[in-house]
Amino acid sequence: MSPHPPPAERPARSKLRFDLRLMSEMIAPGSRVLDIGSGDGTLIEYLFRTRNCDARGIEIDMAEVTHAVAHGLPVMHGDADTDLAHYPDGLFDYVVLSRTLQAVERPQEVLRQMLRIGTRALVSFPNFGHWQVRWQLVRSGRMPMTPTWDRPWYETPNIHPCTIRDFFALCEQEGYAVERWLAVDDEGRQAPWRRFPGLANLFGEQALFLLRRA
Amino acid sequence: MARAHVTFADSDVAGRGHAAYAAEIMDHPDIPSRDTHQSATFDGGFMLECGVALPSVTVAYSTYGALNAARSNAVLVCHALTGDQYVAERHPGTGKPGWWSQVVGPGRPVDTDRFFVICANVLGGCMGSTGPSSPRTDGPGASAPLDTLQWGTDFPPVTIRDMVRAQRLLIGHLGISRLFAALGGSMGGMQVLEWAATFPDMVFAAVPVATASFHSAQNIAFHEVGRQAIFADPDWAGGEYWRHDKIPARGLAVARMAAHITYLSEQALTRKFGRRLQTPVAGVTSMFGDMFEVESYLRHQGSAFVDRFDANSYLTITRAMDYFDLAADHDGDLAQAFRGTATRFCIASFDSDWLFPTAQSRAIARALNRAGANVSFVEIASDKGHDAFLLDEPDFHRTLSGFLSGCAEHAGL
Repeated sequence: MSPHPPPAERPARSKLRFDLRLMSEMIAPGSRVLDIGSGDGTLIEYLFRTRNCDARGIEIDMAEVTHAVAHGLPVMHGDADTDLAHYPDGLFDYVVLSRTLQAVERPQEVLRQMLRIGTRALVSFPNFGHWQVRWQLVRSGRMPMTPTWDRPWYETPNIHPCTIRDFFALCEQEGYAVERWLAVDDEGRQAPWRRFPGLANLFGEQALFLLRRA
Repeated sequence: MARAHVTFADSDVAGRGHAAYAAEIMDHPDIPSRDTHQSATFDGGFMLECGVALPSVTVAYSTYGALNAARSNAVLVCHALTGDQYVAERHPGTGKPGWWSQVVGPGRPVDTDRFFVICANVLGGCMGSTGPSSPRTDGPGASAPLDTLQWGTDFPPVTIRDMVRAQRLLIGHLGISRLFAALGGSMGGMQVLEWAATFPDMVFAAVPVATASFHSAQNIAFHEVGRQAIFADPDWAGGEYWRHDKIPARGLAVARMAAHITYLSEQALTRKFGRRLQTPVAGVTSMFGDMFEVESYLRHQGSAFVDRFDANSYLTITRAMDYFDLAADHDGDLAQAFRGTATRFCIASFDSDWLFPTAQSRAIARALNRAGANVSFVEIASDKGHDAFLLDEPDFHRTLSGFLSGCAEHAGL
């Protein structure tokens, strides 16, 4: 039993899902990080190994939790909707929520908790304002199905879809400062229109926001 | 002030019924055993939480693996109510493998090729540590010859913290200033929590398994049923059965039977026994002519237990568990017990455990969150009930192994 997993098991930068890679680039080395919905722990392991972060995870899927802990990662079983309330104010430098906001029961409350327990929040979500989504709804009059939104309405876990504009509006309403934001396509490519929210909302498939308590 | 002993196991164990152990050992000469166990005696008084001072305290223990030069690879395993220090070796009494031999050993999740593993019989126990069956050397009648006078029910009430403080003496005696890890299930988990709360700087990693930060009313109730069964046995003789060379075998067996049910799940009982009858005898029509397999199993569990466990120890230790309420010792706030801790925690529960249900482990995990501690928390799927922590549960073993390896990396081991 080696304390170090063999190199093949370590997440390589190229293998890291692009939004996790983009997020990790926004996190200062040595930070204390909570990853909500940490899955198999890829991001927290990456942050620990490459950025010397004290990174911890919460995950709702018990099989993923077991996998991560068995890999030596500090992950606890928990639910974003109920378990964030148990952390003290300002414990973390960053609280990460990747591609999960649209699936929680109370997104507004989850964001509040994230910015209560963390100085900054990093949030990524699929953009429901993408032109394909809009076009499908207009053309067929039925709930859109795209590579990003790929589950029928009656079984999707994504119960709170939002657009990039919606998210900007919520941040303004809640008084969160948007330190950085970007929109990318499903391969993680950024485009020049990223500076214009209207265009990003039309052509961005995924959005990433770095928020701070104002 | 400490005296170390290495003695022959069969001459050193206290309590009744141990002559049978020696016979059993001789029945199984093929099973490897070290034939010795170790103990350390600490003179100079040991003040218990109840305010009574024991004149001296003996801690019997086993060790596995080797302490490294930096003395940084020590792992303390804390045993449960009826466990003992024989974690990973043949039990000198029953001849059975150690109670956690699937978890502790070379190449096992707690790898003895890598870690120096220590397990001590708890204070109040009956496998060599000071307890009710220890000779009494003070107080009324102290002039009687040694070994003829036991503490019996005069043994003062001990707490989980007293047990931990006795282990602390042993750790110091072994020249260890910080444990790499403390782990244990059930009452062992209570000790782990107490270690982390009382000596936070001495525990790098803590693994409380299938446990709770306080003993629930339901669990106290089950313990009380067991204690009443012992009290009701005429052979208990007001706790002085040792004077008459008897043991309250029926009462202790019933206590064990009742407790054993709480260690299993309904699914496990159904799977193992269902409603099957044991060798039904044709023509028998009396009410208890037939025996259900589950009845036979429980009777066996009961009778096997009385050969290896002292009734007064059972009373003492169940009471220690009942008294346990870690939050109560910290202004009613469990998080306060762990405030500012640097210990890394791994909490594990089993989904079919109704004696120490997951909700109680989750409450510990949440308290640790409130304290800002580094905590992993998993609920393992198993249908084996509370006993699952002792059994072959690959997911649990992978979790434990991975957690310890991860911590070893952080500890620079």
